[in-house]
Amino acid sequence: MKPEESATTGADLLVKALIDEEVEVVFGYPGGAVLPIYDSLFKQNRLRHILVRHEQAAVHAAEGYARSTGKVGVVLVTSGPGATNAVTGLTDALMDSIPIVCLTGQVPTHMIGNDAFQEADTTGITRPCTKHNYLVKAVGDLARTVHEGFYVARSGRPGPVVIDLPKDVLMNKHDYVAPKMPVQHKSYRPQVKPELKKVEQAIEMIANAKRPIIYAGGGVINAGPRASKLLTQFTRLTGIPITNTLMGLGSFPASDKQFLGMLGMHGTYEANLAMYHCDVMINIGARFDDRITGKLAEFSPKSKKIHVDIDPSSINKSVRVDLPIIGDAGQVLDDMLRIWKAKQPKLDQKALKAWWAEIEKWRARDCLAYKQGKETIKPQFALERLYHHIKDKDHYITTEVGQHQMWAAQFLKFEQPNRWMTSGGLGTMGYGFPAAMGVQIAHPDALVIDVAGEASILMNIQELSTVAQYHLPVKIFVLNNHYMGMVRQWQELLHGGRYSESYSDSLPDFVKLAEAFGAVGLRTGDPSELDGVIKEMIKIKKPVIVDVLVDEKENCFPMIPSGAAHYDMLLGPEDKAAKPISEEGMVLV
Amino acid sequence: MQDIVSSHTISVLVDNEPGILARVVGLFSGRGYNIESLTVAETDAKERLSRITIVTKGTPMIIEQIKAQLDRLVPVHRVRDLTVEGPHIERELALVKVKSTGEKRVEALRLADVFRAKVIDAKTDSFVFEVTGSSDKVQTFVGLMESLGVVDIGRTGIVAMSRGGEPL
Repeated sequence: MKPEESATTGADLLVKALIDEEVEVVFGYPGGAVLPIYDSLFKQNRLRHILVRHEQAAVHAAEGYARSTGKVGVVLVTSGPGATNAVTGLTDALMDSIPIVCLTGQVPTHMIGNDAFQEADTTGITRPCTKHNYLVKAVGDLARTVHEGFYVARSGRPGPVVIDLPKDVLMNKHDYVAPKMPVQHKSYRPQVKPELKKVEQAIEMIANAKRPIIYAGGGVINAGPRASKLLTQFTRLTGIPITNTLMGLGSFPASDKQFLGMLGMHGTYEANLAMYHCDVMINIGARFDDRITGKLAEFSPKSKKIHVDIDPSSINKSVRVDLPIIGDAGQVLDDMLRIWKAKQPKLDQKALKAWWAEIEKWRARDCLAYKQGKETIKPQFALERLYHHIKDKDHYITTEVGQHQMWAAQFLKFEQPNRWMTSGGLGTMGYGFPAAMGVQIAHPDALVIDVAGEASILMNIQELSTVAQYHLPVKIFVLNNHYMGMVRQWQELLHGGRYSESYSDSLPDFVKLAEAFGAVGLRTGDPSELDGVIKEMIKIKKPVIVDVLVDEKENCFPMIPSGAAHYDMLLGPEDKAAKPISEEGMVLV
Repeated sequence: MQDIVSSHTISVLVDNEPGILARVVGLFSGRGYNIESLTVAETDAKERLSRITIVTKGTPMIIEQIKAQLDRLVPVHRVRDLTVEGPHIERELALVKVKSTGEKRVEALRLADVFRAKVIDAKTDSFVFEVTGSSDKVQTFVGLMESLGVVDIGRTGIVAMSRGGEPL
C-alpha cells in the first residue's frame, strides 16, 4: 500500500475509488449533503452521471444496468429524502440479489443525531434492506470502505450495499491508497467452490433417477453467462427436462424442446406437474419461493431434492432438501459436467422416455392457449406479436409488476441470460421503466422494451424526462386494460368480483403524454393494426410509448391459487368456478 | 418430530463495530425469531471482536435458519451452536436487592450462604446479593428471595462456553 498522491478531499477520493472499481456510470440525484461529490464529478470525465428524476428510479436504473451487464450498479443520492426514496429500490435489489453500491449523503458527523435538516438515520433505515451498510466517520476510512463495499456487493450472493457519507468526511483531506485486489475481507468469505464429494453424490442421484427435473433460478444468471452455457450443456447432455423460475428465465434457451417453460403460480401446466411428479429434483440457484412451491405440504412430495445455492441460509429455509450443495452455480455446474463426462453414468433411458411421454401429454394440454378474436386485442396476442418482431433483433426486456409481467414471462422467449429484467421478489410496480433506462445506458444500440401495465407505468412516469435528456430510445409497451389487472383478477377470483379501487380512472392520454416529453406516442386497440404499430415502434429511434388497448377482462392463466398445490391449477376461465379457493389460501398474498 | 421446539445457546463472534448489535437483534425481530437471553461485550480489544451469546427457541429447521442467517451477516466471524456441538457450560449473574428486617433478613442471609451468593452491599434494612451460576440456580435463588422482600433484580443473561481446550 503506497500513498499515490498528496492529500485530496474525501469527495475526490470517492471518485478515484469508483474509477479504480471500473465504474463507468453513476445514477443519481444531487442535494445539499452530496454537493462535494457533484463538484468532484464536474471536474472529471471518466465517470458518467445519469440524472434521474426520482431516487427510486436511480436504484432501479442501476439494477437494470447491473442485471444486463453483470457489473455492480452504482447510485448516488443525497441525505434524508434522497436516501429514504432509495429504500424501495434497495429492498428490490436485496430480494432479487442484484449487486448495487448506493452512496448516500449524510449531514456532517457533528450534527448526526440532532434532527438536522435532511437528516435521516440512513444506516438504521437501510439495515434490513441491504446486504450490508457502512457509515464512514473519518475520511481515512473512505476509500477502503468503498472497495470493501464493492467486494461485498458483488461476492457470494450479490446484493445492495449502502455507504453513508457525512458531508465533512467528503470535504476533509487524506491520501488515496489504491485498493489491494482482490479485497481480503476479514470475516466475509462466501464459499464458491462446492464440496466435490457432494457433487459426486448429486451425479449419482441424477444417474439413478427415473423422473428427474432441473429447476434453475436467478443464481445461474448471477453466476455469469458461462453458468448458463454450462447449464445448457448439462441439460442437453443428460436429456433431463428443465424449468426456470421467473428470475432464471434465459439461463436455458426457451426454444429448446427440453424447456418446459416457467413454473410456479403462473407457470405452465407441464412444468408444475413435472415438479409434482418428479423423483429427483435438481434445484440450481433457486430458493423455493412461495410463488414456486404453492402449498408447501404438497410440494413435490415424492422427490429427492438436490439444492445448489451460494447462500447457506437458502438451504432448508422452507423446503427440506436431501442434498444441499453450497457453492457458485457456475462452479458447481462445472464440476457436475466434468464428473458426468468422466463417469458416463447411464440414465435409465426407458424410464426417461416414459417420463418425457408423460410430460408431452401435459404439454399437449396447451395451457397458454387463448382465443384472439377480431374485435379486441388479447394481451397474450400483443406479446406474441411483439416477440415475433423483436426475436431476431438484439433486444432486452424489462417489466413492471402484474398481469403483463406474467404474460411477458409466458409469451416472450428468452434464449440468453441477462436479457430479462423483472422485479421478482419484491414485486415493485414502477421497476421496469427506470430499469430499462439502465439497460439502455449499458447497451446503447440494443432494442430495450419495458412491457408495462397502464397502472405500473405511472409509478415512475417522471423518468420520461430522463430518457428525453439522454436520448435513450427506450420503448414502453403498455398493455392497457384500464385495471390494475392482477388486483382485479384476485378480486374476481377471491372477493366476489367487487373491484374495489382497482379501476384505472382518469388515465392520461399516453400519446400526448409521450409527446409532452419529446417522445413518440402510438396507440391501437385493433388487432389488425397491431403488427404495424409494433414495427413502427421498433423503427423509431426515440423513446416511444405504445398504448395497446387490450381486453379488460382477460385473466392470467394458468394459475395456482394461493394455498393450492401444483396439481390444483386453474387452467382457464371455465375452470375457476369449479374450484373454490380455500380459506387458508385467502389469507396468503 | 420436526416441530419440536427446543432452546439453543448460540455463540457469535463479531466485529465490535457500531450497529452490530442492531443487525443481530434486527435479524431476530425482522424474521420473527425469539430471543430468550442475549449478552454482548468486547472480548478481544486488539482485534476489536465482541462475543454475543444468544439463547433462542425454535424447531430444528428454525434454529438452522437462525444460524445461517447470523453467519450471513458481513461482520460475523463465527457462529457456534453450543447446545448441539458437545458439552458446554452456561453461567448467569444476578444482582438481587432484598429489603427486610428481623427473621426474614436473617433467613435471606442464610439462604444466600447456601447458594454461595455474595453480599455486595448492606444497609440495616437491605442487602444486595450477587449470585452466579446456571440460570436454574439463579432462578431458584430469586424465587426463594421473593418471599423475603425482593425489591429489585438485575440479571445478565447467559454467557456460555464449550468444555475442553478448543476455542470458539
